[in-house]
Amino acid sequence: MSVLAKKLLGIGIGVAIAAALIALYVAAWATSAPPTISAASGPTAAGVGSAQLTLQTVAAIGPDYSPAHPDWVSYLVREKGRWVHSTIYRVPAHSLVHITVLQYDGDSGLRNPFMAQVQGTTTGMMAVDGKSTDSINPEEASHTFAVPQLGIFVPLPGVPEEAPNQCEFAPCTLAQAHRTISFTIRTGAKGRFRWQCFVPCAAGWIDGNGGPMQTLGYMGGFLEVV
Amino acid sequence: MNTVAEPATPVPGRRPLWRRMIGFNLLTAVILGVAGYYIGWFIGHEIKGASFDFIDDTDENDVALMLAYIGGVIGFLVGLGFANYPFSRMLGKPASLREKEEEGVGRYFGLCTDHKVVGIQYLVGIGLFFFIAGLNAMLIRTQLLHPVPTFVGPNQYLSLVGMHGSMMMGMMTSGILGPFANYFVPIMIGARRMAFPRIEALTFWLLMAAGFILTSTIFFGGFPTGWTGYQPLNEQAVMGMDSYIVFFALVGVSMTLLGLNMIVTIVALRAPGLTWSRLPIFVWSVLATAVLMVLAAPMLIGALTMAALDRTVNTGFFIVSAGGSPYLFENLFWFFGHPEVYILALPGFGIVLELLPVFTRKPLWGYRLGVAGMLGVTLMSFFVWQHHLFVSGINAALRPFYMLSTEIISIPTGFIFLCVMGTLWKARARFTVPMLFCMGWTFNFLIGGLSGVFLSDVPSDVDTHGSFFVMAHFHYTIMGGLIFTFFAAIYYWVPKMFGVCLNEKLAKIHFWSLFLAFNSTFMPLFVLGMKGMPRRVSTYNPNLQGLNVWVSISAFVIGLSMLVFIANVLYSLVIARVPAEANPWDSKSLEWQLPTPVPVNNFERIPTIENDPYEYGTPLTPPPRGAPGMAPAGG
Amino acid sequence: MATAEPSHGAREPDHARRFGAIWIVSSLIATPLVVLLVGPIMPPGGGSEQAQGHVTDNTVLIGMATPVLLLVLTYLIYAIVYFRQPKGAVLEGPAVSGNSRVQTSWIVITSVLVLTLAVYGTVRLTADGAGGGQGPSPAFTPSASGKKLPVQVIAQEWYFTYRYPTYGDIETPHLVLPVNQMIELHVTSLDIIHSFWAYQLGVKADANPNVDNIVFVKPTKVATFEVRCAELCGIWHGYMFDHGRVVRPAVFQAWIAEQRRRFASTHKYLPPFSTKYIPEPTRRGG
Repeated sequence: MSVLAKKLLGIGIGVAIAAALIALYVAAWATSAPPTISAASGPTAAGVGSAQLTLQTVAAIGPDYSPAHPDWVSYLVREKGRWVHSTIYRVPAHSLVHITVLQYDGDSGLRNPFMAQVQGTTTGMMAVDGKSTDSINPEEASHTFAVPQLGIFVPLPGVPEEAPNQCEFAPCTLAQAHRTISFTIRTGAKGRFRWQCFVPCAAGWIDGNGGPMQTLGYMGGFLEVV
Repeated sequence: MNTVAEPATPVPGRRPLWRRMIGFNLLTAVILGVAGYYIGWFIGHEIKGASFDFIDDTDENDVALMLAYIGGVIGFLVGLGFANYPFSRMLGKPASLREKEEEGVGRYFGLCTDHKVVGIQYLVGIGLFFFIAGLNAMLIRTQLLHPVPTFVGPNQYLSLVGMHGSMMMGMMTSGILGPFANYFVPIMIGARRMAFPRIEALTFWLLMAAGFILTSTIFFGGFPTGWTGYQPLNEQAVMGMDSYIVFFALVGVSMTLLGLNMIVTIVALRAPGLTWSRLPIFVWSVLATAVLMVLAAPMLIGALTMAALDRTVNTGFFIVSAGGSPYLFENLFWFFGHPEVYILALPGFGIVLELLPVFTRKPLWGYRLGVAGMLGVTLMSFFVWQHHLFVSGINAALRPFYMLSTEIISIPTGFIFLCVMGTLWKARARFTVPMLFCMGWTFNFLIGGLSGVFLSDVPSDVDTHGSFFVMAHFHYTIMGGLIFTFFAAIYYWVPKMFGVCLNEKLAKIHFWSLFLAFNSTFMPLFVLGMKGMPRRVSTYNPNLQGLNVWVSISAFVIGLSMLVFIANVLYSLVIARVPAEANPWDSKSLEWQLPTPVPVNNFERIPTIENDPYEYGTPLTPPPRGAPGMAPAGG
Repeated sequence: MATAEPSHGAREPDHARRFGAIWIVSSLIATPLVVLLVGPIMPPGGGSEQAQGHVTDNTVLIGMATPVLLLVLTYLIYAIVYFRQPKGAVLEGPAVSGNSRVQTSWIVITSVLVLTLAVYGTVRLTADGAGGGQGPSPAFTPSASGKKLPVQVIAQEWYFTYRYPTYGDIETPHLVLPVNQMIELHVTSLDIIHSFWAYQLGVKADANPNVDNIVFVKPTKVATFEVRCAELCGIWHGYMFDHGRVVRPAVFQAWIAEQRRRFASTHKYLPPFSTKYIPEPTRRGG
């Protein structure tokens, strides 16, 4: 083997290793996603299964969950007694899914007041702190849980500013000021549907609509019906 | 201590490795680039004020990233040695082109003012980013295998689309001008160098810095806007958007400088006797492209500067509630953007018309018509940009004008086709690999051009605007136009540039697999667009899955055919190294009359041009052999 | 493509005549076939007057494109077959570097073709805007008599909602239109640029913030149609789709009444109808 060939071989191997490392990094970046969290299954009644999904919204996700973006507004989901930072939820098909949202964020108001109307729940209503209602004042909206392709739009009223013991960042506890919103949806056929928030809740962004509003894992995700 | 007495005339021997690493070279450039990056980053974090409150809220410091990129680029260029010349002139020292004289492989990895070295640097550098952008396309097509995909997330998908588009549209603007015009224009016009050799080197290293910056977007969250960077989505995006802005602005600077350099070189450095009517058609196409670059790219730099100011210091050029208008960005962008697509297409025209006479053994048919076609396209391309805004709600009354101007641009483009057809008439064509790529261009650009008529017609555009139809159209004109001629140029000129033949069997496999897979990929995209599939979506109507799977598989075949090309290059240039003949195509062009490798100063004596460039064919002139059109060099 | 007389002896066939015949015959066969077979399946179908117009336009364009395509294509094939270098030989071709008659007629013919297309397109466009968004003051309004039904399309990240100003300004989450009624769509956006694309109706109009983009469309078929966003608008761009319906007038009236009942409780919160909105937050959200 000539010196040139040896040199070229060495360079070739070096380039190949570097390329492989870069490719691995890019692949890891491209396929990274929040974990998929399954709703806890509940009792079956009259042949219809049920599941329970418990969510939390916070004004700031905090450095524990997101060192790069501790101030971003976010959803969290409860799994086996822990709060997990994810917006990809798996629910059973053709079932009743009871969703409870613990709302810790203050109000910022809807961009389109029309989204203050509850749509697509089994009764057309939701319960806010136990009280049944079919809409809220759009000014009081903090977030929405909306799955447009399934026709589901649920506005979530915010915690009043003057309430004591506000939660600063996730995870928030039941002792802190919050509102509890619960509603039930009936899932249909299998599919993967995006859900999002319609309140411009991303502080510091143009129109309140950048950053967490446009990043998977914060204010939007997928509802996997399986 | 070295005790051996030094010879009286020191042989330029190799200095020890550590000594060679100190100085103005790529290593220093990277170190200074990183240092500049962190200095910018640090300054950016120190800036405070009421209008920067949003930085604390968003956890994203666009100011710091912009400054870091700028600092990094400055450090990188200083490290390469671009500051040496201005500083030594300021200190009153004489000018020198010492960078050019350096020998060995090392000169390919630093600032070199030899236009032939810059050409090869461009070829490899652009090839690298073309490869990366191609890999992005493979990931995009993998995603679209399924109507509700889970392969990559929605954020990453848009980033991939944006990186693929920006890299192809940004870096490949220099796809032919970078490698081939830099290498061959000075030779073809009988010059020893480009007019501004240092600026020539600068355009290349700026482009490399830009490409690296764009790739770094994945560290900052990517960007969602695609290559058009439309406002106000641009302003809502995370820091990865800054990578796009700095990238495209640097590309704009590189293009402007490259264009200026080309214009001055072609106007001022032509050899005696090389009148405008004797200029090779490829040089004409380079000139036309350079004019477009110089006139269009500054508009892009301006628009992106405004976008950068909006994102960092809270100006409101494009924000409605602050009195700005998104239409402003659309107009500025497309005033650059439409000439830009002709910047990509025109050099391809030049390559095809330059190569056809060689392989048909005929003079170029309709030389003046071809030149008129290129200049007509150059002129008209500044009057069509609002056809990108046919449904935007702006200037509805002007639509008939833009429809007319857009359709008029097909007249000069038609000239090129007539020249191709006329040159083929009763030819003695040799279907070598470069010729096959030229034929491929003719077919692809025909489809691209005819589909463009649908887009120029406003009623028809209402259906196809923003759909996969547009996507298929510009891939036919740019990939089918630029990339096919890029490969034609590679196969044609590599024997001159490297003195080595590329393997013909592998080259033919490359051509046929690329040509068939290309058409099999993009032809169905016209149908998908007409069936209502919008561009840049990561989910689509399930009834379109069959065609999408077909397209994806064809796209993977394109990827494989590119691997055949890479294998051919590695095999032919590294392993086989079959020496090329001095003039394997029997061309009469000036560059083929020079020895291989081309001497540093090209010509010992500047030639005097006495003939037209394409004196092929039997009846009119006796077949001159040797060095036609050139006074015997070297006395 | 008649150029100089063949210079390679009498054996050379009359290429000009032969190629011309091939092209003319193939065009005469292919063009009617394309118009008759491909024309009817051209997009976007017959969902509205505008969509039918697009089908006609697309058919005309593809009919004109066919002979041009065939000209170059058959020429390429002809050249590859007949104008080759004989195997092993190194022959020079005829040194013909142009033909002013061919060049002039090419320029004249392409110019005529292009101008015809532009005039045709302009005539079609000026009739009613051809389903494209025309901005706040439409230059091309349909001449048809009768009242136009205004419907507002409100784009937002990432959903379309609709308002009916003639029916108490109600807002609805889906688009339902009465058949055979000229509709005046007012497309606007609450945040960034979207594009409202009703595929089967042949309608496309960008939704710009603070801009009222007007489109005229007259649905002619009772059917559902697809609504998509056609301008990249961020993470959920691809998911910004919906289905609309074209229904008979009586069904439309009943649907309107139902919507008024259903969305009564939020109706009071809606801002007064306007052709454009700039909702809070106006800049950096807080």
